[in-house]
Amino acid sequence: MTATLRPPVSACPACDAVPAAEALAAGAEAQQDARVALSVPGVHCAACISTVEGALAKHPGVKSARVNLTLKRASVEADPEVAAADLVAVLAKVGYEAHELDAGTLSATQTDKAGRDLLMRLAVAGFASMNVMLLSISVWSGAEAATRDMFHWISAAIALPTIVFAGRPFYVSAWNALKHRRLNMDVPIVLAIVLAVVTSLWETSLSGEHAYFDAALALVFFLLAGRYLDHRTRAVARSAAEELAALEVPRAIRVVDGVEETVQVATLAVGDLVMVRPGGRMPVDGEIVEGRSELDRSLLTGETLPVFAEPGLAVSAGEVNLTGPLLIRATAVGEQTSLHRMADLVAIAESGRSNYTSLADSAAKLYAPGVHILSALSFLGWYLYTFDMRTALNIAAAVLIITCPCALGLAVPAVTTAASGRLFRKGMLIKHSTALERLATVDTVVFDKTGTLTAGTPSLTNLADHDPRDLSIALALAAGSAHPLSRALAEAATKAGIIAADVENIEEVPGFGTQGGWRGQRVRLGRASWIGTQPLAQTSAFLRIGDAAPVAFSFTDSLRDGAKEAVDALINDGIEVMLISGDSTCAVEELATRLGITKWIAEALPEDKAARIAALGDQGKKVLMVGDGLNDTAALAGAHVSISPASALDAARVASDIVLLGGDLSPIADALITARSAIKRIRENFQIATVYNVIAVPLAVAGLATPLIAALAMSLSSITVSLNALRLR
Amino acid sequence: MNVLFFLIPISLLLGGVGLVAFLYTVRSNQYDDPEGDANRILSGQYDDKPRS
Repeated sequence: MTATLRPPVSACPACDAVPAAEALAAGAEAQQDARVALSVPGVHCAACISTVEGALAKHPGVKSARVNLTLKRASVEADPEVAAADLVAVLAKVGYEAHELDAGTLSATQTDKAGRDLLMRLAVAGFASMNVMLLSISVWSGAEAATRDMFHWISAAIALPTIVFAGRPFYVSAWNALKHRRLNMDVPIVLAIVLAVVTSLWETSLSGEHAYFDAALALVFFLLAGRYLDHRTRAVARSAAEELAALEVPRAIRVVDGVEETVQVATLAVGDLVMVRPGGRMPVDGEIVEGRSELDRSLLTGETLPVFAEPGLAVSAGEVNLTGPLLIRATAVGEQTSLHRMADLVAIAESGRSNYTSLADSAAKLYAPGVHILSALSFLGWYLYTFDMRTALNIAAAVLIITCPCALGLAVPAVTTAASGRLFRKGMLIKHSTALERLATVDTVVFDKTGTLTAGTPSLTNLADHDPRDLSIALALAAGSAHPLSRALAEAATKAGIIAADVENIEEVPGFGTQGGWRGQRVRLGRASWIGTQPLAQTSAFLRIGDAAPVAFSFTDSLRDGAKEAVDALINDGIEVMLISGDSTCAVEELATRLGITKWIAEALPEDKAARIAALGDQGKKVLMVGDGLNDTAALAGAHVSISPASALDAARVASDIVLLGGDLSPIADALITARSAIKRIRENFQIATVYNVIAVPLAVAGLATPLIAALAMSLSSITVSLNALRLR
Repeated sequence: MNVLFFLIPISLLLGGVGLVAFLYTVRSNQYDDPEGDANRILSGQYDDKPRS
C-alpha cells in the first residue's frame, strides 16, 4: 500500500552504515570510554549469559558487560586500551566463539526510532478504538436519546485527539503524494477518516443516530498494524544486514618510520605505507613497495589463478594477500579506490530497475480513483434525489469507509511478513521490500562461478596420478605453508594416508613456493616459472625433485554446499540456468559440465556481465542474478532480482536484494517456491478484499449501511486476510 | 443508568493506565532483548545492573 511513501531505507542497509562508520572513525580520538560490540553466536541459555558476562567483567579494564540474547551480542564498556581481540580471546577461553563488530556501523540504527514511533501510535489507536467500540456496542444494542448522545460525545472526545495523533503517518504520506500530483492508497484513507469524523461530529451535534467514530478508529488501528508489520520485517532484515557489514571492521596497519600502528581504514591518506599480512585484504589501492607474495583476485575478477606479486605491481582494494607480508604505498583511498569506483557502474545498472511497480502500488492506482468517483457519484446522486446535504454527506462517508482499504492495507504486509520470516529461518535475508514479488516472476537464473557456485577453496584433482614418494615429499613441503593450494594438497595427501617424507630446511619463498632438502637433493614445490616449466591452463602447483622432470598437481575449486542441488532443482523447475564468470574458459567449461549447465560464458569483464544481464532483461526475461564478487555488483544491481552469499564483498551484498546467510546454496530453489506462493496469497487477499467491497458497497450506495455493518465488514475482511496470509507454506 | 457516570470514567481510567504502562515499557527499552530477559529470570545471580 505504502511503497511510494516509505522512507528510502531498505534499498541499501550498509549505505546508511558507511557514513556512520566514517563519522565514528573521525571522532575516534574524542571517544574516551570505548564501547566494544562482540557477536557471540553461541549464547543460548541463562548459564551462557552469566558465563559470558562474568568472564568479560573479570578482564582488567572492563567496566561493564551486557549480553543481548535476542541479537546474540555482547556489548562491553571498557577503558580505551582494552582491545576487542583480547576480549575475543577471553571468550574463546570460556568456550564461546566471538567476533568483533564495528560499533559505529551498529550504533547507527541501534534504537529503531521509526519502529518505536509506529508502535506508540498503534498502542494509542488500539486503546482508543477498544473504548469507542465498547461505547458503540451499547449504542447498537439500543441506547437512545440522551444516553446515545452522551456516548457519541464521549466517543468524539476520545476519537478526535487519537485520530490527530495516530493518523499522522497517513496524513504525511497522503500530503506528499498530493504534492507530487499523484494518488496513493493513503489519499482515500485520509479522506475517509476526515469525512467520517466530520459527518459524525455533525450528526452528533444534531442528536443523529449514526456516528462513525468507531469505524474511523478501527481503520486507523488496522492500517497502522499493517504498516508496523511491514516495518518490523524490514527492520529485522536491516539489522541482520548491518551485522554482516559490522563484522568487517575496517582496520589497517600503517607503517610510520618503521613503526607499525593499527588504524581505521578511513584515516589512511594517499602516500601512506600500509602493511598487509598474509590472509589480509588490501584496504586501499596502491603499489607494492616491498615483499613478494601471491594475490587472490577472485573477488574482483573471478579468476581463480593466484597472481604473482612483486614490488612495482599495482594492487586494488579487495584483493587478498596469500603468502608473504607486503608493504604497500597507497595511491587511492576511500572513495577513490577501484572498489568505490565500481559504484558508478552500479548506479547506472540500478536506474534500469527503479521503474518496477509493486503489486500494492498497481492495486492503489486502480483502486484510489475508483473509490473517489464512486463516493462522489453517490453524494451527487443522493443530493439531487433528496436535496438534503446531511443525507448525501452521510452516504458519501459510508461509501468511503466501507470501501476503505483496511484489508488491502494488510494484504501485502501480512503475507510478506510471513514469507520473510519463513525464508529467514532457511537462512535468507530479504533486504528489499519488493524483492519477494520480483523473485516470484523469475524465469532465468544467472550464476557467477568463483565464490558463488564454488566455495573459493581449491581441492586436489589428480592425487591418484602421483607415486607415493612424490606425494610424501609434496606433503612435507606443503605442510610448511599457509598458501591455499598447499593446504589443499596437504589435506588431500593426509586423507589418502600419505606420511610426510623427511625433508630438511623447509623454507617458504613468498610468491614462489616452498623448498627444502631431501636425501641431499633440493626439492621445490611452487609456481611453474620458479620450478622451470610451462604453466598449465588450470590452477596447478609443481614439484621438482633435484633435476628430475617436474610433476604437476592440478586443483579445482570445490563446489559450494548445495550448489548441485540448487542448480538441479532450478532446471527441473523449468528455469533457464546460465553461468557467467570472469575465470578462464577451461575452468568455467569444466564446472558447467559438472553441474549440467548448458549455457556459459567465460572471461567476462564486469561490464560484459552487466550488459548481458541488461540484454536478457530487454528480451523480456526476468533474471535472478546470484553473485558475490566486485565484478558482479553491476550485474547484481541491474538484474530483476539478485542474491549474494554472506561471504560476498560488502559492495556485492549492498547491491543485491537478498543475502544468503549460510554457506549453503540449496535454499535458492525453495525461495522461488515460497515467493511464488506468497504472491499467490497476496493476489488472493486482494480478491477477498474486493469480494467484501462488492457485497458491502451496494448497501452503502443505497443508503442502507449502518455503522454496525461498516464495523463488521471492516473487521471480518481484515481478519480473513490475516488468516489467509498465515496459510503460507 | 446513573451508574454510568462512575463506570465510564473508571473504565477509561483503567484503560489509560494500561496504555501509559505500555508506553513506559516501550520507552525504557524493555523489548530490546525479550529472549535474554526470559532467561535471566532463571539465573541465580541478582541482576543489579539492568540496562537502562
